[in-house]
Amino acid sequence: MKILVPVKRVLDYNIKARPKADGTGVELAGLKMSMNPFDEIAMEAALRLKEAGQATEIVAVSCGPAASQETLRTALALGADRAVLVQCEGELEPLAVAKLLRAVTLREQPGLVLCGKQAIDDDANQTGQMLSALMGWAQATFASRIELQGASEALVTREIDGGLETLSIRLPAVITTDLRLNEPRYATLPNIMKAKKKPLDTLTPAELEVDTTPHLNLVQVFEPPQRQGGIRVSDVAELVGKLKNEAKVI
Amino acid sequence: MTLLVVAEHDNHSLKASVRHVLTAAQAIGGEIHVLIAGSGCEAAAEAARTLPGVACVRWAEDPSLADGGAENLALLVTRIARDYSHVLAAASAFGKNWAPRAAAQLDVAQVSDIVRVDAPDTFTRPIYAGSVWATYRSTDPVKVVTVRPTAFDAAAGEGAPAPLERLGAEPGSGLSSRKALSLSQSERPELESARVVVSGGRGLGSGERFKALLEPLADKLNAALGASRAAVDSGYVPNDYQVGQTGKVVAPDLYIAVGISGAIQHLAGMKSSRVIVAINKDPDAPIFSVADYGLVGDLNEIVPQLTAAL
Ligand SMILES: Cc1cc2nc3c(=O)[nH]c(=O)nc-3n(C[C@H](O)[C@H](O)[C@H](O)COP(=O)(O)OP(=O)(O)OC[C@H]3O[C@@H](n4cnc5c(N)ncnc54)[C@H](O)[C@@H]3O)c2cc1C
Ligand SMILES: Cc1cc2nc3c(=O)[nH]c(=O)nc-3n(C[C@H](O)[C@H](O)[C@H](O)COP(=O)(O)OP(=O)(O)OC[C@H]3O[C@@H](n4cnc5c(N)ncnc54)[C@H](O)[C@@H]3O)c2cc1C
Repeated sequence: MKILVPVKRVLDYNIKARPKADGTGVELAGLKMSMNPFDEIAMEAALRLKEAGQATEIVAVSCGPAASQETLRTALALGADRAVLVQCEGELEPLAVAKLLRAVTLREQPGLVLCGKQAIDDDANQTGQMLSALMGWAQATFASRIELQGASEALVTREIDGGLETLSIRLPAVITTDLRLNEPRYATLPNIMKAKKKPLDTLTPAELEVDTTPHLNLVQVFEPPQRQGGIRVSDVAELVGKLKNEAKVI
Repeated sequence: MTLLVVAEHDNHSLKASVRHVLTAAQAIGGEIHVLIAGSGCEAAAEAARTLPGVACVRWAEDPSLADGGAENLALLVTRIARDYSHVLAAASAFGKNWAPRAAAQLDVAQVSDIVRVDAPDTFTRPIYAGSVWATYRSTDPVKVVTVRPTAFDAAAGEGAPAPLERLGAEPGSGLSSRKALSLSQSERPELESARVVVSGGRGLGSGERFKALLEPLADKLNAALGASRAAVDSGYVPNDYQVGQTGKVVAPDLYIAVGISGAIQHLAGMKSSRVIVAINKDPDAPIFSVADYGLVGDLNEIVPQLTAAL
């Protein structure tokens, strides 16, 4: 079975984002960019299925500017066999990404698409579900456990409000990863070198005949109301006094 | 303008989030319909009829809609969405699951997790773990929007019973089925709607200590228990305790953070709480920058003292 893993290049999670002074976007110039952490988890899940003999090939795909090649090279260093860049400039909405991924999915015919549950920049939590809908496939979001039952069924445990749910889904399908699915490995230096020789193809939205025109217009990006730090109390008695008499919450 | 609120329920009663989504719908303005979909959910449909300001309850009852599976629910919503200017749901594990699917089938964008209605077509939502907010105007004929419940008050009171309209059955897609469900049994209030939340982090050191120190404190305050990702990853508590950017967003009257450093991903889930208390041995921990009351010291001593003092 072939597995497709969409990976997004995002601002590194250690960096606090700031709006550009003119409010037209987020300041990204010169800042460290990394693979979306949930996509590292999706890569790891794909690699483990391949190592267990349940998958034959892993294809990483990213939609974004030429610099997304770096993210794809990381995916190749982690163990993807091939990579596809759908090169586009400008912001892409999840619906546009899902349409591009659908076109790639139709070309590649994977048995499974493994996405992250959300990208930590825009936090939209949409793309995998949208791709699944556009393909008319089953979906299992927020996965914390994946068991393939042959090529036509998977059992997926999902993290939901209040507990866990296990679904049986028909394959091919889209599964999106949650934090507890696995702990991703690091790319080793020899694998980073080898990754440079692995195939990376570039496509464009025009070649895929996908219209990526946004449906949303950005009005403004701004810093939200800041919370002011309060005071230090010296002991439990003072804390309880403040909670009772000043904040009146107990 | 007519809006559709897709209600989350357990067949018998409505989830607390429904009333928060209603407030967002009222801020947009227009006639409000509520969809109750499920199998054996007549009681929930009845409960929806007396929600304040609801003009009609549309009730879809079918075995294919049992368990709230995303594929079938999204097909149903897609079928009726053309009657509406907006489709709204809570940005919970439930809403996040099916809403993008319906949006894609309608060929419209979704605006996720809104915290403010600026105009009927314009909404504000946090991005980058809440470090920045972005305001978007939608150009779509049907606006699919998920709502952050803690950002809108619950619509209060009851209305005169709205008419109930039964929807035709759906042919199930047969794409997925539920094999098991394990919900944590707890006498405590729900994390998302609790008035007080006691949350623990890696500083607790073990699941045993988490339980021994924080449960008595939570009992005293009738609080829900929450946790940082580190506490969940270390296995101290189950997954659904996680508060943060990629867990639950809470905004109780009182949030007590114990042994939590205050990483930006954690703050994203709790910094709208009314009053924040932080207990941490590191005076430079970032959690103190959002805490109304900070107490520097060893949680092993402070927490039992606090429990005893309440
Ligand atoms: C400041 C700012 C301004 C913006 N302005 C506009 C605007 O005016 N108009 C507009 O249309 N958009 C705009 N956007 C972009 C748009 O909001 C986001 O790009 C969109 O929300 C993407 O959501 P997400 O990445 O959170 O997707 P999610 O649905 O959270 O992503 C989930 C998963 O999908 C996959 N995935 C997502 N994106 C990609 C990708 N590019 N390549 C490969 N896999 C991917 C990954 O597996 C990922 O884990 C703006 C964004 C920002 C930050
Ligand atoms: C993609 C991604 C998503 C994430 N999502 C989330 C999320 O949703 N929620 C979340 O919480 N995190 C999230 N994180 C993780 C986040 O970055 C932090 O790693 C995490 O919040 C740290 O948890 P902590 O504060 O419990 O642990 P630590 O940072 O290790 O802090 C422990 C604290 O305990 C204190 N302490 C230790 N011993 C004592 C003692 N005896 N008495 C008093 N204080 C003591 C220490 O001083 C320290 O401040 C995410 C990370 C990534 C990359």
